Amino acid sequence: MAQPAPLLDGLLFIAFFIAVTIAGVLFGRYMGHVFSGDYSRGIPGTLEARLFRFIGTSAGEEEDWMGYAREMLIFNGIGFIALLALLLLQGYLPLNPEGFGAFDPGTALHTAASFVTNTNYQIYAGEASASYLTQMAGFTVQNFLSPATGICIAIAVMRGVTRRSTDRIGNFRVDVTRCVLYILIPVAFLAALLLVSQGVIQNVDPYVHAAGYGPAGPQTIAMGPVASQEAVKEFGTNGGGFFNANSAHPYENPTPFTNLVEIFLILLIPVSLPFVFGRMAGSMRQGWAIYIVMLAIYLPALGTLYVAELDGNPLMGQLDVTGISMEGKEVRFGLGGTALFAASTTATSCGAVNAMFDSFMPIAGMVPMLLILLGEVAFGGVGSGFYTVIGFIVVAVFIAGLMIGRTPEYLGKKIEVQEMRMAVLTVLVPGVLVLILTGVALFLPGTAGAMHNPGPHGLSELVYTFASMSNNNGSAFAGFDASGIFYALAGAAAMTIGRFVPAVAMLALAGSIAQKKTVPPGPGTLPTASATFTVWTILVILIVGALTFFPLFAMGPIVDHLLLSGGG
Amino acid sequence: MARKRYPRFGALEPGLVREALLGSVLKLDPRRQIENPVMLAVEIGGIVTTAGFFVGLSTVTGEQSLFTGLVSLWLWLTVLFSNFAESLSEGRGKARAASLRQSRTSVPARRIEREAFDAPANEVASSDLRPGDLVLVRESEIIPGDGEVVRGAALVNEAAITGESAPVVREAGGDRSAVTGGTTVLANEIIVRVTTEPGRTFLDRMIAMVEGAERRKTPNEVALEILLLALTAVFLAVVGNIYPVSAYSASFTGSGAPASLTVLVALFVCLAPTTIAALLPAIGIAGMDRLFQRNIVALSGRAIEAAGDVNVLLLDKTGTITLGNRQAAEFVPVEGQSRDELMQASLLSSYADETPEGRSILALVREKTGVAPACPPDARFIPFSAATRVSGAECNGTSYLKGAADAITRLVPERGGAVPPDLATKVNGIASAGGTPLVVARDRTILGVIFLKDILKIGIRERFADLRRIGIRTVMITGDNPLTAAAIAAEAGVDDYLAEAKPDDKLRLIRETQDEGYMVAMTGDGTNDAPALAQADVAVAMNNGTQPAREAANIIDLDSDPTKLLDIVEIGKEILMTRGALTTFSIANDIAKYFAIIPAALVGIYPQLVILNIMDLATPQSAILSAVIFNALVIPLLIPIALAGVRFKPMPASRLFAYNLIIFGLGGLVAPFIGIKALDLLIAGVL
Repeated sequence: MAQPAPLLDGLLFIAFFIAVTIAGVLFGRYMGHVFSGDYSRGIPGTLEARLFRFIGTSAGEEEDWMGYAREMLIFNGIGFIALLALLLLQGYLPLNPEGFGAFDPGTALHTAASFVTNTNYQIYAGEASASYLTQMAGFTVQNFLSPATGICIAIAVMRGVTRRSTDRIGNFRVDVTRCVLYILIPVAFLAALLLVSQGVIQNVDPYVHAAGYGPAGPQTIAMGPVASQEAVKEFGTNGGGFFNANSAHPYENPTPFTNLVEIFLILLIPVSLPFVFGRMAGSMRQGWAIYIVMLAIYLPALGTLYVAELDGNPLMGQLDVTGISMEGKEVRFGLGGTALFAASTTATSCGAVNAMFDSFMPIAGMVPMLLILLGEVAFGGVGSGFYTVIGFIVVAVFIAGLMIGRTPEYLGKKIEVQEMRMAVLTVLVPGVLVLILTGVALFLPGTAGAMHNPGPHGLSELVYTFASMSNNNGSAFAGFDASGIFYALAGAAAMTIGRFVPAVAMLALAGSIAQKKTVPPGPGTLPTASATFTVWTILVILIVGALTFFPLFAMGPIVDHLLLSGGG
Repeated sequence: MARKRYPRFGALEPGLVREALLGSVLKLDPRRQIENPVMLAVEIGGIVTTAGFFVGLSTVTGEQSLFTGLVSLWLWLTVLFSNFAESLSEGRGKARAASLRQSRTSVPARRIEREAFDAPANEVASSDLRPGDLVLVRESEIIPGDGEVVRGAALVNEAAITGESAPVVREAGGDRSAVTGGTTVLANEIIVRVTTEPGRTFLDRMIAMVEGAERRKTPNEVALEILLLALTAVFLAVVGNIYPVSAYSASFTGSGAPASLTVLVALFVCLAPTTIAALLPAIGIAGMDRLFQRNIVALSGRAIEAAGDVNVLLLDKTGTITLGNRQAAEFVPVEGQSRDELMQASLLSSYADETPEGRSILALVREKTGVAPACPPDARFIPFSAATRVSGAECNGTSYLKGAADAITRLVPERGGAVPPDLATKVNGIASAGGTPLVVARDRTILGVIFLKDILKIGIRERFADLRRIGIRTVMITGDNPLTAAAIAAEAGVDDYLAEAKPDDKLRLIRETQDEGYMVAMTGDGTNDAPALAQADVAVAMNNGTQPAREAANIIDLDSDPTKLLDIVEIGKEILMTRGALTTFSIANDIAKYFAIIPAALVGIYPQLVILNIMDLATPQSAILSAVIFNALVIPLLIPIALAGVRFKPMPASRLFAYNLIIFGLGGLVAPFIGIKALDLLIAGVL
């Protein structure tokens, strides 16, 4: 049992967030330039223009929301089919030193959906079932394309909100190309080099067979092109580990330093997007307001998680064992590095883990669950988090606008029937999916068997599983065995619906709101960058989450906590 | 001015309440209840628990039956309260519509072939009149349809429409030519050209709007309803989820039972936004009704809501900002002339002037000299003519003239006189002080200038200040020259003005303002206002205006008082605020209801959850029942707010928001904790 160092960890958190915020502002500026095409001059511009011609478009052409959504869906559909084919055919393909056979169809379907939707929930163990080709040409490629999709949708939504009297919201092919070329590849490349320098492996060697240590038998040590996947796994908030142990594995995340680097990568794009928006809206205050909403949800969550772990397990305390419960945590990261990673990976839609949430104290384990169930808005997945926040803001603005006696408007755009319809779809669909699927699962025989610890804790495992899939997070409450066929199919459906319904809904919202005129602000306009409205938005997010999940929490983590803390 | 208003109908007048009670039962018909889908869901819940009650009579204990029965009863009451609120708000309108309908009965009309008082006439029913028909209306006859006076002038009693008993003059040509079907000619006869189809007359439209028959949900209501329905769907999923989860938990602990159907339905109804859904229709209808109490008829619900959004008000100077009449305030002689001579000349030139301005000159002379002016017997009056644009009188061979500066300065040199060098300075001085200069001449000598002053309406400056505080820009429209306009604009405190405005200037100004994204409201009465009225987002026509103006507008002010535009803006805002406030209240209530019902439903499975019973409610049954009863009772308790509307206070948006958020958000959070606890004490005491 390790002794915690709250003061040191607190200082670490503060320093880390100052760094992340500064990086977000700067990187947001860069991203803004990328998507407005400011870097597409000179030689890159010529090359880019040639590339666009090759894929049948040009930087000047823009689409309405339906065109944008159609291109996005086709693009993802092709990605899905390609990945599915790869998973089913990997046995016949090269770069497979361990000679892995095909994924079974259910798992393949789930996995393909998982990587295309930026969920990266894994019901397979990477090192025991995926060939290097699958890892590189399948998973890693999707690790670039699925975040690019999310970012493009967010950018299209920003355009919709900030433009006026047009139905054009951008060109998906152009956006996705620029996103991959100028944003994802350069950063992922540099980050991969940094990780390699710290000991993350990058090879295509066969697995190493070593003699066991001490009384243990012979061991197989998995190898692979880890660093190249690891960097984009975090940077694109993908989260699908090369190894089953994910970022707890020493080849994925060897040192406390790489741990911080990985958390930084996870947060960078989600933190930057509000600032991209502020720049686009011509009012950085609007961007800061959104960032503060996110931070105000994130920081208390991090604090709660940390404090809930601080006293360790009360049952162990009765045995005179003090300190933090380290079961399921990595000693090299300590409580600070573990809590920061856990909060960041679930506050975004990353889902990479460096510890097993199942082993957290009940309240600490509830925090990642809560962050996911709130809709991953603080800071959210790359792109998806941002546009979900906009969905919440539309709802918040609607009620607030009424309360000041005007038909509601956001940044001068009237919020009417179409905006409302799309915003509530975005905000409520993932939660309803979780409620329905957990309900259905409990009706089925064998669910209790999939739980690692039946009872309230098992319920938390089940809820977490569907929460993670529906919200495209991808992390697991480790104990739960979601590999059965029901979970494969229901999971694939949850991930697909949870990803594309909000995505298309927000594009529709963007298309509708772009056509509106902008009402210039005045003293009668609700100031959406004000402290009052920021607090209101936070309340709306929390209230929607609380009202949707209060009963489930009561019967899951809350009872779990009461039982553990001696209530029964 | 004393006036007969519509009889005021108190909301709780016994007759209306009786009718509303009946209406609330009739609305239980699912085909009508579907108009309000959230309440339909509650009704289905009521049917389910009632069925459960009857099925369970023979199988479960008496205590359980009583519980199910009581929950069912209160679910039905919830729906009935909601229907009652709607019926009550409709009731007031219906009662008015009934009195209006008396004026709408078919009357005989004298249709004539050509536009002459002696033309041959044949009698037809008013319901057979078509647009374009000419009808002759004689003394003490009812005007058979909406139209325009094309010949003659008459005194018309419009009390049937406006509630105003003083008769008004309606005459051919000009801005007072419109007549309304159902009003009565008191004196003289007129020929009216019918302008509307039967069944689409002003009275018909008014009845339909007041009665709510033509009420369509406004886009804002639809958007709010989408939010409420989505929340309802989420809560349906929540209770649908509780059953399997509680069943699993019960089987795991081996104690307690899964949440029963009654408990699930009770929880669903408590969580669903029933409070706002129940009162939503009443808010809109009551808003129209409040307008009607101020003698304003909105021809669409959308127009009222748009009024709440208006950022720019275009106001005619005359009649809205200033009293219609200018008044003489001072006599300013030119160099070398005496004030007394100027006053004398002004007096003589104004004897025959029946305009209010002319009367005010006489009054001022009397005030200054202290003698009542008498008309010299040999005076000959020179009426105002379009050619000379001057008027006055001739006495003993001397002419006394007054007119606009440019008219007099053209006329006097023609007669061989000279324009005094300081006249221009004096004239401009008056104009830039917001006055109208009227130059007076005796024969060919210019004596001086009369300062005609625009008189601001009382309190108008304060109202503009209020408007500015809530972000509404006021623009004064006037035919005055820019100097005068600027001075009056400054005095009245409007933000901007449009001087020397012609009708198409108004239209252009509205278009430009709208292109910048603003919502524009204006008032108008003349035919040449019609295009601008049609363009404006909120267009208020005066009832004494012309027929085209009334057709183009979406709101009619029966009192013809342009300042009431400000009332309309206020009521528009109040409707939206009431919706927002009750939505917030309704959703905030859910927190307390969860704390009442969830421990009650689950404590059998996990006794530890008693910790969530923070209100310390007596038993699970009393807890659930208290929540359901609170949820039902809050509807009738809030009916007064729904009908009267949340008061609008002129303050900046962010403060108003914080203010309402504290009252209705925090209030909505706290109130049910108190209410449910109180009900629980009561129930635990009784049972």
